Amino acid sequence: MTDVLVVAELLDGGLRKNTLSAVRFARQVAEGTGGAFDVLAIGEGAAAAASALEGYGARKVLVAEIEGGYLAEKYAPTIADAARGTYGVVAATASTYGKDLLPRVAARLDAGVASDIAAVSVEGGTLSYKRPMYAGNVFGWCAVRSDVQVVTVRQTEFEAAEPTGGSSPTETVSISSDPAADRIEFISLESVKSERPELTEAQIVVSGGRALKSAENFHTVLEPLVDALGAAMGASRAACDAGYVPNDLQVGQTGKVVAPKLYVAVGISGAIQHLAGMKGSKVIVAINKDKEAPIAQVADYFLVADLFAAVPELTAEINRVKALG
Amino acid sequence: MKILVPVKRVADPDNANKMKVSPDGSRVTSDGLEWKLNPFDEYAVEAALRLNENGATGERLGEVIVVSIGAEDVQTTLRQPLAMGADRAILVKADDAEIDSLVVAKALKALVEAEKPDLVLMGKQAVDGDSNTAGQMLAELLGWPMATFAMSIHGEDGALRVGREVDTGVLTVKVTPPAVVTVDLRIVSPNGVKNGVTPDSHVYNEGARYASLKGIMAAKKKAIDVKSLADVGAADGAVVKYTKFELPPARSGQVKYVADVAELVNKLKTEAKAI
Ligand SMILES: Cc1cc2nc3c(=O)[nH]c(=O)nc-3n(C[C@H](O)[C@H](O)[C@H](O)COP(=O)(O)OP(=O)(O)OC[C@H]3O[C@@H](n4cnc5c(N)ncnc54)[C@H](O)[C@@H]3O)c2cc1C
Ligand SMILES: Nc1ncnc2c1ncn2[C@@H]1O[C@H](COP(=O)(O)O)[C@@H](O)[C@H]1O
Repeated sequence: MTDVLVVAELLDGGLRKNTLSAVRFARQVAEGTGGAFDVLAIGEGAAAAASALEGYGARKVLVAEIEGGYLAEKYAPTIADAARGTYGVVAATASTYGKDLLPRVAARLDAGVASDIAAVSVEGGTLSYKRPMYAGNVFGWCAVRSDVQVVTVRQTEFEAAEPTGGSSPTETVSISSDPAADRIEFISLESVKSERPELTEAQIVVSGGRALKSAENFHTVLEPLVDALGAAMGASRAACDAGYVPNDLQVGQTGKVVAPKLYVAVGISGAIQHLAGMKGSKVIVAINKDKEAPIAQVADYFLVADLFAAVPELTAEINRVKALG
Repeated sequence: MKILVPVKRVADPDNANKMKVSPDGSRVTSDGLEWKLNPFDEYAVEAALRLNENGATGERLGEVIVVSIGAEDVQTTLRQPLAMGADRAILVKADDAEIDSLVVAKALKALVEAEKPDLVLMGKQAVDGDSNTAGQMLAELLGWPMATFAMSIHGEDGALRVGREVDTGVLTVKVTPPAVVTVDLRIVSPNGVKNGVTPDSHVYNEGARYASLKGIMAAKKKAIDVKSLADVGAADGAVVKYTKFELPPARSGQVKYVADVAELVNKLKTEAKAI
């Protein structure tokens, strides 16, 4: 029997939907071992976020209201104290939040971490985790042999848990602190707001690469296609580094991992580090003037063309087909 | 500032698709691939050198020590950061199979306690295991604040203002050393690091610096202190144990080259049912 503590992710006082991937994982472990899972809402607005978590089958929703912007140094002591002696697994979704926070919690608990896992298996009550390594070119199965096991789960591999109905009781937990927090100060979080779907949750993603050549071209050439498809926009590292688009659009080993129904790579060569972030997509389309570009290794459809001609044409064709219904 | 930079060597990441798994799945091997410095660690070395120099005059402002936990022949890999300009190196001998991030963090903690640096600057992730955990664990074990996924580090009045790349944008924190900072790709952009000494008019090249011939010659004479895991009190063994490795399934089907936009849209609609 293994009980799981899920650490929820809050943003601007609200619950981030990616939390539900960790909830899905927790349900699997609880069901497989005959245990239960609780969810901890921590941060500013935790009480409000807790109410959004009540309908997912948790035994309890724990609330730790902590004011001010997120800092791992402020959250880790409370999470570790809540977990110690009570849970066999502490889990979160492997967003930059989960990746920043959970290893810190683990070290406090003298625990090992299985990060960014793609699957969990329960055999005879023992958990093992499947994780991508080498930019997704090898999967390793591992066990974590410490009293508490700390896990972050890949959002693309654990589908958001759906509500189960019912209402989990909430409980306030006491806040612990650590002097490390006195030497760090949250200054700001700058985000570029977009009306488009979130990259990690979109059904369709259209990404642009270095070949777009400028921010202006992303705007005038790529964005109309993105919007015609109702897609999220992504980019290669080269496009982000060159400042064509904000860094948080980067798809890849070091950026976001996406697995939409349709991924369109425009002027992207398909370096190993880029493929790591998108090769789980259902259908992959490449538009590239070089038919030998490595993106061909994963593409289902490849249009060999100059993107500056092909993309506007594709946008018009999609709009035409959509208008026909 | 005295800066400690933990570095790992990894199988050539640009050829990661050539990694092999033994027939029984018990081992993963990189036979035939070159060893490289983990790219994020190379960027951490560059960032450390930028923090500790006047970029315009080349004057050095503090010591940069690189440390690695790994096989005996990692010494060869350590010559690269030494040639870039790091002052000396420490190698803690270990078999890759007996270490995980917790072991690495414990070993590094002991080295930090012995060396007393103001800053530990490291990669956010070793691109073999892709764990992204050692820095955070080290910071906690030391009771230090941390700034992970750094894309910029600006020194101001004894503190560091760090821009962190997060999913939703850039999160800026101000951290007072001693601290752990883990770096992301864009730390090596021309304006990634500002130390308050290098004049703003000095423009760094994009990326990590190459070792000069003089640097390579000098590196041969720099000291590499070799220790064991027992010396640093980290011989308990790993708690994360790998039992099996497998290659990901190949994507089904071959790439289809389409003749034009009309064929592409038609295929997406009728064959793939993706739009
Ligand atoms: C540690 C590390 C981590 C990394 N992480 C990531 C990551 O997370 N994500 C990522 O994307 N990269 C990552 N990279 C970088 C990666 O190795 C590549 O350098 C990068 O993905 C290349 O971007 P690109 O495909 O846009 O550019 P290029 O490789 O330059 O490709 C441009 C492509 O556009 C095509 N093209 C040019 N003009 C046209 C035109 N007019 N019409 C049509 N096609 C055209 C070319 O044929 C070419 O295939 C990482 C690298 C390192 C070292
Ligand atoms: N064996 C090692 N020796 C030295 N530093 C390491 C080692 N393993 C990891 N690191 C450091 O920890 C960072 C994160 O590694 P990881 O948590 O393994 O992804 C790396 O970028 C290195 O800076």
